[in-house]
Amino acid sequence: MNKTVNQKAWFLVLPVVALVAFNAIIPLMTVVNYSVQESFGDNAFFWSGVMWFEQILRSSRFHDALGRQLFFTCMILLIEVPLGVMIALSMPRKGGWVPVCLILMALPLLIPWNVVGAMWNIFALPDIGLLGRTLNHLGFDYNFTRQPEDAWFTLILMDVWHWTSLVVLLAYAGLVSIPDAYYQAAKIDGAGAWAIFRHIQLPKMKRVLTIAVLLRFMDSFNVYTELSVLTGGGPGNSTTLLSIDLVKIALGQFDLGPAAAMSLIYFLIILLLSWVFYSLMMRNEEQ
Amino acid sequence: MAKIILDDLRHSYVANPVSDADWALKQLDIAWDDGGAYALLGPSGCGKTTLLNIISGLLRPTRGRVIFDGKDVTDLAPDQRHIAQVFQFPVVYDTMTVYDNLAFPLRNRGVAEAVVDTRVRTIADMLDLTATLDRRASGLTADGKQKISLGRGLVREDVNVIMFDEPLTVIDPHLKWQLRSKLKELHQRVGATMIYVTHDQTEALTFADQVVVMKDGEVVQIGTPVDLFERPQHVFVGHFIGSPGMNVLPCSVDNGQVRIGGCAIETANGAAWSAGAGSADRPGGLELGIRPEFIHFAEDGVPVTVTKVTDVGRFKIVSTRFEEHAIKLLVTDGQPIPTESAHLAFDRNQARVYENGWVVPAEAAA
Repeated sequence: MNKTVNQKAWFLVLPVVALVAFNAIIPLMTVVNYSVQESFGDNAFFWSGVMWFEQILRSSRFHDALGRQLFFTCMILLIEVPLGVMIALSMPRKGGWVPVCLILMALPLLIPWNVVGAMWNIFALPDIGLLGRTLNHLGFDYNFTRQPEDAWFTLILMDVWHWTSLVVLLAYAGLVSIPDAYYQAAKIDGAGAWAIFRHIQLPKMKRVLTIAVLLRFMDSFNVYTELSVLTGGGPGNSTTLLSIDLVKIALGQFDLGPAAAMSLIYFLIILLLSWVFYSLMMRNEEQ
Repeated sequence: MAKIILDDLRHSYVANPVSDADWALKQLDIAWDDGGAYALLGPSGCGKTTLLNIISGLLRPTRGRVIFDGKDVTDLAPDQRHIAQVFQFPVVYDTMTVYDNLAFPLRNRGVAEAVVDTRVRTIADMLDLTATLDRRASGLTADGKQKISLGRGLVREDVNVIMFDEPLTVIDPHLKWQLRSKLKELHQRVGATMIYVTHDQTEALTFADQVVVMKDGEVVQIGTPVDLFERPQHVFVGHFIGSPGMNVLPCSVDNGQVRIGGCAIETANGAAWSAGAGSADRPGGLELGIRPEFIHFAEDGVPVTVTKVTDVGRFKIVSTRFEEHAIKLLVTDGQPIPTESAHLAFDRNQARVYENGWVVPAEAAA
C-alpha cells in the first residue's frame, strides 16, 4: 500500500509543543541555566560548569536530607499501602453505607495541605493540643517541637491520616470491579479468606495498587506544605527532607547555583526511582 | 452423583414478599435423576440463574428445601454440597498456571499432592489442556478459560452435580459447537448430573435429555426436546422453542368445533374442551396453537394472502395473513408457493386449543 507523505501533520502537534514548552521545558531550562553558573550581585553570572553538582553530591548535608527523605518515603509506603488495602477490604461493597464510607474516606483529601499542617500542629501541641496533652497525660514524654522522635512520629501519623485515603479509594475501585462470579467460584472451590485475597483480590487490585504506590512515592518525595507548617524541618534539622532543604538553600541562603543543581538532582532521583518502580511492576505483569 | 429434589421451593429477593411479582421463583417442585443432563431454558430474568444459585448454595431459598440423595442440603454452604459451577464469564485465577488452577479445589481440601497430580493430569487430558498445563491461565483464550473452570469442577471426584450458567456466552461462534459437543461427550464419560442454564434453545435442546422451560419464575414445561416441540403444554413453550415459533391465533370453540374467525378448524383437543367445560363464555382467552412445520398449502381450508417469503436455506418461511391474524408456515425448497391468495390446511393432531396459555387436556375430566 502506498502511503501519502504529508509533513503538514506536524503543524497539528505545534499547540502541544507550545504548551509543553511553556509549562515544562522553559521553566526547567532556567533552572538548568542557574545550575551551571556562579551568580554575583548586579545580576552578574559566570560559567561554573558542573561545580555545583559536585558540591551538592559531595555534601553531607544533602546526603543526610536524602537519607531522611528515603526513610520517610519507605515508612509511609510501608504503612499506608497495607493499611489502605485493609481498610478497602473491610469497606462494604454494596448498600447504603457505601457513599458514607466513600465520603468519609475522601474528606482528608479535600482539606488544603497547609490547613492539614496547621491542624496537626495545633492537635499535637503538648500543652494545649488534644493529642499532645492526652499523650502527656497518659505518661508519655511527648513534645514534637523538641524531640526528633516525637516530630517523626507526628509527621508520619499526619501523612498516614492525610494520604491513606488515596490508597483506600484506589484499592476499593479495584475491589468493586471484581465480578461476583469470582467469589462464588472461590466458595465452590473451597478457598479460604486468605486464598481469596491472595489469588483473586490482590491480582485484581494489582494495577491500581501500582498506581497508588507510584503516586504515594512521588508525592512523598515532594512533600513540603504540611511538613513545613508542622515542623518546618525541625527540631534542628531532624525532619528536614529534600524539599525543605532545597527551599532553605534557595530562598533562605539565596544560593541560586547550588539550589538549582540540587533541584535537578532531586528531580532526576524521582524520575529514576519512578521509572524503576514502574518497569519492575510492569515486568511482572507481562510474564 | 446425586438425585436432586427441589421441594416446594420459592424465592424472593424482597424481604417481605406480598404480591406475585415479588417472587423471583414461584412454587417449584422438580426431581432430577442421578446422572441426567438437564437444561433450564427461558428468557433473561425468568429465574433460571436464581434457581441455579439455590441449587449450588450461593443463595438460600426463602421457602422450601433442596435435597441431594435424600439429604436436606438447604442450609449447607456451596463447598459442603460437592457441586461444581461454570459461570457465564470464565473465572480463572489469573496469577496461577493452568495446572495450579485445576489443582486449587483439591489443595484447598487438603488432598495429598500425589493424588492431586494424577487427578489434574487425567482431567487436563480429558479437556485437551495437557499442552497448556504450565502456562499462565490468564494467557488462554475464552474457551480455554471456560475449560479450566469446568476442569476445576471435574477434578473433584465427589462432585454431585455440575452446573453451567450460560457458559458459551463469550465463546466465539465457531468454537461454541465444538465446546458443546465436548460437554456432551464429558457427560457420557463422567456420568455426573449436569444442569445447563441457557436462553438459547439450540444449546438447551442439543445438550439436554430433559429441558425445563421457565417463564416469570415458574416452570411451564419439563420434557424431552421432542416433547417440547411436538407437545407444547403452554403457548410460551410453543413460541419460545422453534424457529419461527408456534402460531398462536385467538379462536372460539362452539360445540366442539374450533373456529378462527369464520373458519372451522379440526384440532386434537377442541372436542375435549367443550365436553369438559361446557360453555364458551368462560373468562380467559382461548387460542389455537400450531407450529409452522404443520401447516401446508392446500386446495381448500383457511383462506389467506401471502405477504412475505423468507428463504432460510433448506426451506422457506412463508408469512401469510388471514383476516387480522398473521400465520407463518414452512415450505420445503422446490415446492410451489402461491403468489397471492391461497388456502392453508392445519395438521389435525398438531393443532391444539390453549386456554389462558395452557393447553386444554385432550381427555378432559368431566
